[in-house]
Amino acid sequence: MASKKEHVPFSGTPEQEAALKKVIAELKDTKGALMPIMQQAQEIYGYLPIEVQTMISDETGIPLEKIYGVSTFYSQFALQPKGKYQISVCLGTACYVKGSGAIFSKLEELLGITNGECTPDGRFSLDSCRCVGACGLAPVMMINDEVYGRLTPDDVPGILAKYK
Amino acid sequence: MYRSHVLVCGGTGCTSSGSQQIMEALKAEIEKNGLTEEVSVVQTGCHGLCALGPIMIIYPDATFYSMVKVEDIPEIVSEHLLKGRVVTRLLYNETVTPSGNVKALIDTDFYKKQHRIALRNCGIINPEVIEEYIGTGGYEALGKVLTEMTPDDVIQCLLDSGLRGRGGGGFPTGLKWKLAKQNDADQKYVCCNADEGDPGAFMDRSVLEGDPHAVLEAMAIAGYAIGASQGYIYVRAEYPIAVERLKIAIAQAREMELLGNNIFGSDFSFDIDLRLGAGAFVCGEETALMTSIEGNRGEPRPRPPFPAQKGLFGKPTILNNVETYANIPQIILHGAQWFASMGTEKSKGTKVFALGGKIHNTGLVEIPMGTTLREVIEEIGGGIPGGKKFKAAQTGGPSGGCIPAEHFDIPIDYDNLISIGSMMGSGGLIVMDEDDCMVDIAKFFLEFTVEESCGKCTPCRVGTKRMLEILTKITKGQATMEDLDKLEELCYYIKDNSLCGLGQTAPNPVLSTLRYFRDEYEAHIKEKRCPAGVCKALLSYRIDADKCRGCTLCARNCPNNAISGTVRNPHVIDQDKCIKCGACMEKCKFGAIYKK
Repeated sequence: MASKKEHVPFSGTPEQEAALKKVIAELKDTKGALMPIMQQAQEIYGYLPIEVQTMISDETGIPLEKIYGVSTFYSQFALQPKGKYQISVCLGTACYVKGSGAIFSKLEELLGITNGECTPDGRFSLDSCRCVGACGLAPVMMINDEVYGRLTPDDVPGILAKYK
Repeated sequence: MYRSHVLVCGGTGCTSSGSQQIMEALKAEIEKNGLTEEVSVVQTGCHGLCALGPIMIIYPDATFYSMVKVEDIPEIVSEHLLKGRVVTRLLYNETVTPSGNVKALIDTDFYKKQHRIALRNCGIINPEVIEEYIGTGGYEALGKVLTEMTPDDVIQCLLDSGLRGRGGGGFPTGLKWKLAKQNDADQKYVCCNADEGDPGAFMDRSVLEGDPHAVLEAMAIAGYAIGASQGYIYVRAEYPIAVERLKIAIAQAREMELLGNNIFGSDFSFDIDLRLGAGAFVCGEETALMTSIEGNRGEPRPRPPFPAQKGLFGKPTILNNVETYANIPQIILHGAQWFASMGTEKSKGTKVFALGGKIHNTGLVEIPMGTTLREVIEEIGGGIPGGKKFKAAQTGGPSGGCIPAEHFDIPIDYDNLISIGSMMGSGGLIVMDEDDCMVDIAKFFLEFTVEESCGKCTPCRVGTKRMLEILTKITKGQATMEDLDKLEELCYYIKDNSLCGLGQTAPNPVLSTLRYFRDEYEAHIKEKRCPAGVCKALLSYRIDADKCRGCTLCARNCPNNAISGTVRNPHVIDQDKCIKCGACMEKCKFGAIYKK
């Protein structure tokens, strides 16, 4: 089995840094601005490595330990980069009773990674999520913004093939 | 003037099954046929019947087409819109009578017992056009409040209506507002909880996607009632369509001066900002939500002080859920008596439920309080697919419990659900049949709670973890009856000692399944058997020698070569080699393989 993608060196561009500084300048004085800043920073960089957190800390004066605390509390903030194609399988109750666990296992088996991991080539990352609100289509998985519903494990290889 | 309006559902369910592509194809086809002046295409919010999406309704006759595909569009345009002939094969089959006539949608089983207040505009108006909301009486309630009522009148009206919080707790909304009004402060806040984290519940999302202005209007009314000038909506980032529509709605309301300074020429000013959640279930708890808006780790704080005294940024704050807000403009317009005339003695009005799981009509339904579970599941929900037997209905998500068949006729309201060991919660209602193992379901919810526990207080952080360990032992057949006693004792301890609602209700899925399905727990422990055939460690696959024709299909599909036998002779599964994947049972054409 392939191992998960471990530490990835930070490779931010000056453009990204300028975009981040602009966001911080705009939001800095609003009450409770930290989370909106971090959310936009993640949009810009795709994830929140310690280098980006340090930049936010330097610009806002908020201690790095607090920023790190917030980034590790919420599941949406990623400290590691995600794959080019982000797969999330709904393990909410409605999907679970309709067999989404088997869909998840099939993906684990085919991709050789488990929850929260990324394939070594950086192509796919796999996450479980809680309810995307499309319970009528259960069981459901998403690849980036595309939703696949009414799945059976047999559908999975064909869907993955579309993303090769 | 258009002679026909085509409504296409743009809710999440239908968008996921391709309604955007249908809209585009429809617009192109209409243009091709030169009908753009005559036919208008409207993107609406959710109709509720997500299982049959994408949904399209054509007015003036309200013809209801279900499971529409892009390929169907040319036929719909040429037959229905050009020639006026209904495309019968695409009709929702419930609307076709045995004699072939078409009946109105509101007469179908799914809709006839529903009463839509919170969802009244969902699926009817275009949520991205403020004029459509105003056209159905929108912002009239805000106008009435600002010009004819005092803040005390507003609060009295809500108290008289009997409205209780729809987010799960069921606290009287009027009382919450009254307490916040009584506390003097230079600044107060009105918050909206749109962090719908309960897996399987999506009514708040539908309201936000289908009728966002109703929430904005109600928040402004709340601001007037308690004396606040600023509101925050805390919405899940996982709901991109809802976030987008809220942004549009706020911009439009500001543009029309329905938010901002001196609303309706009065001296009342109010504005609303959006804050996005970041995927933490505990942020549905009121103090945790406020801590999160402040930009911190979303950990709850002890109460008192209650938010009505010291809430967001240390100021008096009220927090209500989306569905609660969606009811408020209607209560102001039609009066407290109108609202109080619906429902049961202590639970007034209606409640939206998200039906899911093993049921035909998955989707959203809004029913008067006091409707029975039987009516919801058998009539509105259309029963259980595949002729399977009902086992339990799960309400309240990870905080709720499983209701067995013996309580099928209990009227659904806040107090009844609590008395049978579950709770209303935000309104997820997941149906389970004989193939679901209740121990496995309890374990599923505990896994959720363990993952989502914020870790601030020990009973929840450590206690739920210990509960999960015991449950895992039970599903593996390694537990003793002593473990079961320990599990139950832990439940009561965690319930009594946790800091916030998450921990206090976390044991409910275990307690309710222990109450009604104790025999299943005991079968796992004493007989090392999973009656529903779910828990893999306790299963074995066998071949019925009388039914097996020796076709070899199972042996060829076994990934671990655990099946042996010769052609036309009964096969045998080697239990030591079997990995219990079930592939053989799926492939067998003679039903010869069974689980034990």
